[in-house]
Amino acid sequence: MTFSPALIWTVIVLLAIGTFALRFSFLGLIGKRQLPDWALRLLRYTPVAVIPGLMAPQIFLPAAGETAPDPVRLTAAAITVAVGLWTRNAIWAMIAGAAVMVGLTLLT
Amino acid sequence: MNTPSQTRRTYWQGFRHGAPFLLIVGPFGLVFGVVAADAGFDMLQALGFSVAVIAGAAQLTAVQLMTEGAPLVVVVLTALAVNLRMAMYSASLAPHLGAAPVWQRALIAYLMVDQAYAQSVLHFDKNPQMTLPEKVAYYFGTVSPIFPIWYLMTVIGALLGNRIPADIPIGFAVPIAFLALIGPMLRTLAHVAAAFVSVVGALVFSGLPYNLGLFVAALLAMATGAAVETWSARRRARP
Repeated sequence: MTFSPALIWTVIVLLAIGTFALRFSFLGLIGKRQLPDWALRLLRYTPVAVIPGLMAPQIFLPAAGETAPDPVRLTAAAITVAVGLWTRNAIWAMIAGAAVMVGLTLLT
Repeated sequence: MNTPSQTRRTYWQGFRHGAPFLLIVGPFGLVFGVVAADAGFDMLQALGFSVAVIAGAAQLTAVQLMTEGAPLVVVVLTALAVNLRMAMYSASLAPHLGAAPVWQRALIAYLMVDQAYAQSVLHFDKNPQMTLPEKVAYYFGTVSPIFPIWYLMTVIGALLGNRIPADIPIGFAVPIAFLALIGPMLRTLAHVAAAFVSVVGALVFSGLPYNLGLFVAALLAMATGAAVETWSARRRARP
């Protein structure tokens, strides 16, 4: 499959503009105006509302052509979250998850 | 007081806190470079994509849809839907960084990536005494190690192309990196409830087109977090 350079650069330019608009949106428009309390209360939960949901389908739903989620991925995912909870440190969680992932992949 | 040396210290503190995310961003950039090369992008096009957009998940989505032969409109709108979360990040950074000069806000927006965003907001929440210049310096510190490596690894991935053996589970580095952020975020019952609703919602609504499932799940989860926070505060206030 080959794409014309024009198509590739069109996708890149449109995505660049659109993504910047999304990223700049509130920072640019609201600026230093103070948001109401209820809005701040909602926004406090943005990371924890987005990141688990972003990852959930990749972990809990079967990959294309499979019937069940991959047990290696499930285990590595569970260990990553557990170590993160235990150490309160994202780096240790990442190292533990990667170690489990590599270890289990080599074993199976 | 904000002396230049103090701001510099805060910048390097952010840099140190951002540097470990290279363990994620490096493999992620490599994955994107390889996938783009396999789809027929040359090195300059892959690099151009990573420099112009800096959003791995959206870039992978776009390339995937292009290889499936999706029309241009679908490719662009779906990839932008993957990036809708950036508007939420933008809103949640506004109370912290909204008073910065517009050129700084533009640069903050261009460099907005999940890990640096999450790390910065966590740090701002834990250190409410931080001044605006300190917060800006910290944010730029966290992104500074990340984006050059994102560009570099895209190039290496594009040059390697499909010479990486298929049995190396390099793709799962990305979910691990995101999952590692979740544990430290679960600080209160409200955070736990929000995370739970986010996961359940994303699974229940995963059939919605254009990645809207994540958007719906995230809104429900934010509402849940805010509701549980209000409820907990009221319960504590009772005699």
